[in-house]
Amino acid sequence: MHRFANPARFLRLSAVLLPWFAWATALLTAIGLYYALFASPADYQQGETVRIMYVHVPAAWMGLFVYTNMAIASAVALIWKHPLADVAAKASAPIGAAFTFLCLVTGALWGKPMWGTWWAWDARLTSMLILLFLYLGHMALVNAFDDPTRGAKAAAILALAGFINVPVIKWSVDWWNTLHQPASVTRVGLPAIDPSMLVPLLLMAVAFTTYFGTVLLLRIRSEIAAQKLRNIRMAQVRSAGHARSAA
Amino acid sequence: MRFTEIVRRDLRLALRQGSDSIMVVTFFVLTVVLFPFGIGPEANILERVAAGILMVTALLASMLSLDRLFQADYEDGSLELLALTPTPLEVVVTAKIVAHWLTTGLPLLIASPLLAVLLHMEPAGFATLLAAMALGTPTLSLIGAIGAALVLGARRGGVLLSLLILPLYIPVLIFAVGAIDTAIQGFDPQPQLLILAGILLAALPLCPWAGAAALRQALE
Repeated sequence: MHRFANPARFLRLSAVLLPWFAWATALLTAIGLYYALFASPADYQQGETVRIMYVHVPAAWMGLFVYTNMAIASAVALIWKHPLADVAAKASAPIGAAFTFLCLVTGALWGKPMWGTWWAWDARLTSMLILLFLYLGHMALVNAFDDPTRGAKAAAILALAGFINVPVIKWSVDWWNTLHQPASVTRVGLPAIDPSMLVPLLLMAVAFTTYFGTVLLLRIRSEIAAQKLRNIRMAQVRSAGHARSAA
Repeated sequence: MRFTEIVRRDLRLALRQGSDSIMVVTFFVLTVVLFPFGIGPEANILERVAAGILMVTALLASMLSLDRLFQADYEDGSLELLALTPTPLEVVVTAKIVAHWLTTGLPLLIASPLLAVLLHMEPAGFATLLAAMALGTPTLSLIGAIGAALVLGARRGGVLLSLLILPLYIPVLIFAVGAIDTAIQGFDPQPQLLILAGILLAALPLCPWAGAAALRQALE
């Protein structure tokens, strides 16, 4: 793991990986959307609105996946003081917040015709909303300090404390028997969903994951570049100060 | 310093500075009193929402007092001295949380039945209200300590603190109000109270640990 702690090595490696992730995202999104919007059947009960699911479910998975990622990166940063883990956690938060927001919005759009309401105070929906607030709190805390390392450490502790919410979301539909339907893919035994709908769903899920990889790599790279710029500017100010005091 | 010494020191400071505990209770009472003006004085409506109003307001009152948990000690440097003592920082944090609960949670607990009467809550809910407050407010102080330690030295710490802490407070709110409503409807509130107790027992070792980690990075 410490092999990748070197930012220069990370920059070289990510430059190689980035185009692969980007092309995989473009390709999988195109195929996934074609299957989701045209080549899959409409549901016998939900009609065409079932197609919202192909965005909604992967977005929800990603909301949880990104938070888990962020918590692991935070733990690595706190325990081994890995210099890139802090950057990775910081870069993940806005992406995860966007996925969670997308999940909530598409859920509302699906809920209006299906449940007859935009929003219900159901356990799954509420815990997802809490997840969004945890992301927003993380983003606010990272930027709340004059010293960026201080913000990164505080945010890492917050990310770990908030991780308690992830299993609650995952099993909320089993613990509380409320409006949101229980899991039909990630359950013991065969998925309770027809292959004609499962295939586009999984395609979209993989596309979302590679999209996350692409944006994460880009954001980490730009964060490293921003740190370099900051250091250069500090050095310039310092040398200008020396020159003035010498004159 | 030992555990009891820190608790005694914090209690003495709170008593000598006087107004803090009274302000928390005053905030609680005033905010609860706002609701009959806001939603109308009909007894049946107030009766229905009484449990929720009491718990939400108690939660906000408890949150507003969090900044004094570490902030004053951080500013005058005594927090660094406490961190240097041989006592583990986790014990120091636990002691400060206990003192915080004694000066905020306990007064709120005592004031809540009176406010429940003002809001026309069914008498069947009173015992459960006290039990839910007794199990819930320590958890609020425990979770709040993590947030209070994290925002030390941050810009606009107060607003930030509420953004960090309120999402984590929601489970306590759900089960406390659920217990009271169950009792009012004539059922046994024991399951919800046991979950509240479970949350408290999980928070009791974990929160001081996370709070101490947060303090360490604040004092670096």
